[in-house]
Amino acid sequence: MWGAAVEITLRVDGREHRLAVDPRTTLLDALRERLGIYGPKKGCDHGQCGTCTVLLDGIRVNSCLALAVAHDGAEITTAEGLASGGELHPMQTSFISHDALQCGYCTPGQIVSAVGMLEEAKAGWPSEVTRDTGAEDVSLTDEEIRERMSGNLCRCGAYANIVPAIREAAESARLR
Amino acid sequence: MKPFRYDRAADIAGAVATLAGEPDGMFLAGGTNLVDLMKLDVMTPDVLVDVRCLTSAEIEDLPDGGLRIGAAVTNSELAADRKIRSSYPVLSQAVLAGASGQLRNLATTGGNLLQRTRCVYFYDTTTPCNKREPGTGCSALEGCNKDHAIFGASRQCVATHPSDMAVAMTALDAVVRVQGPSGARAIPITELYRLPNQEPERDTTLDHAELITAVDLPPPGFSSNSRYRKARERASYAFALVSVAAAVQVRDGVVRDVRIALGGVAHKPWRAVKAEEALRGWPAAEESFRAAAEAELEGAAPLRDNAYKVPLAANLMTRTLLDLSGQR
Repeated sequence: MWGAAVEITLRVDGREHRLAVDPRTTLLDALRERLGIYGPKKGCDHGQCGTCTVLLDGIRVNSCLALAVAHDGAEITTAEGLASGGELHPMQTSFISHDALQCGYCTPGQIVSAVGMLEEAKAGWPSEVTRDTGAEDVSLTDEEIRERMSGNLCRCGAYANIVPAIREAAESARLR
Repeated sequence: MKPFRYDRAADIAGAVATLAGEPDGMFLAGGTNLVDLMKLDVMTPDVLVDVRCLTSAEIEDLPDGGLRIGAAVTNSELAADRKIRSSYPVLSQAVLAGASGQLRNLATTGGNLLQRTRCVYFYDTTTPCNKREPGTGCSALEGCNKDHAIFGASRQCVATHPSDMAVAMTALDAVVRVQGPSGARAIPITELYRLPNQEPERDTTLDHAELITAVDLPPPGFSSNSRYRKARERASYAFALVSVAAAVQVRDGVVRDVRIALGGVAHKPWRAVKAEEALRGWPAAEESFRAAAEAELEGAAPLRDNAYKVPLAANLMTRTLLDLSGQR
């Protein structure tokens, strides 16, 4: 039958949820409309703005373009799931101390994306501006951060503080 | 979005058999382009057969020294692979020049090859478009066509192919492996894509229910001396106005062999055969590179708004070949 609901399981920020979804439901709509998890925002709904970014099995993706049925059993981390034991994630702290936001609508997506991006850099993944694509490790210069974060738009134009916020969180993660 | 049935087969053969019985169904992989098109009612499949977990997500060595890229390898994994980066740098660079980090993490190799044009009229269901709705006409022909084709277009369609990855694979002579209802076959990538002619609704030569399972790269040879260069309207996260994928082998100052493909200029990745022919045996010097680029662009037929692509393509080709012959 067309559109018949499909039962799926999603583990979001450490909690397991069972739900029946219309196959048209995106991961973003399942999180927001069905589970009441509002960290991932709906901006463009077409994969162009990045404010819906979540970690899907540890990898950052646009949740607006992923169908929930196609990710049955997935482990999802949203901005709400980054803090642990009442302590904010260092990326969240760094955004606050650098005043890296104005209206805040893009912020959860920026922060989740930045956390995923640091893992990619740690794994040695190159970007388009990486000069030596054969190199073992990636040095996160401002140019690298801007390129790797180009999938997250900020219409207030808080980039001038977002880039240093991410740079500082990256440097402190390196020292830890 | 129109309702559809979601289907997940046990294996590739099952997925192919299911789709073969569903004339209006489609395969789903990463979904980064298809889900977007479905939200806009540009594509309205009634069944989606999910193949993301069915095809290989590995990059394997081939006995001849080449590599086999599984169709489910994500764009991010492909670009980060050490062998790809050292032996086929043009491919890693092309993938990294496209989309965003989040999209590359979801998008697959097979899906990237089959993404649809970003022609604005194709996306706008209120306007005629022969690719979306055959027989309704081409809005871009007399409309805003700054992003459109300068090679191989027809009166029916002037759209361009949007992939960066496919341009690099075209320069590398990749072979696309597919499995369909009547068995498996291997298609040189230059024969996978087609020009619009009278059937712009068909982007490729694949039949219904034929599934891309892998892409084979030939043994490296001089592809380790290769690069991708892309011109776009902003520094990152934009489709190509024009792009160039090139590999060149220079010995004693002479071009021994060369591969060049252009993106953003045609309905398919455009292999610059005339430029390649004009270069073999000539000095690896700016004059030869420019003459070869111009030989290729003699065949260009720009539209009202995209004549800028002709000098842009010539300059990009010349500069890329200079880079590759160590003259910058």
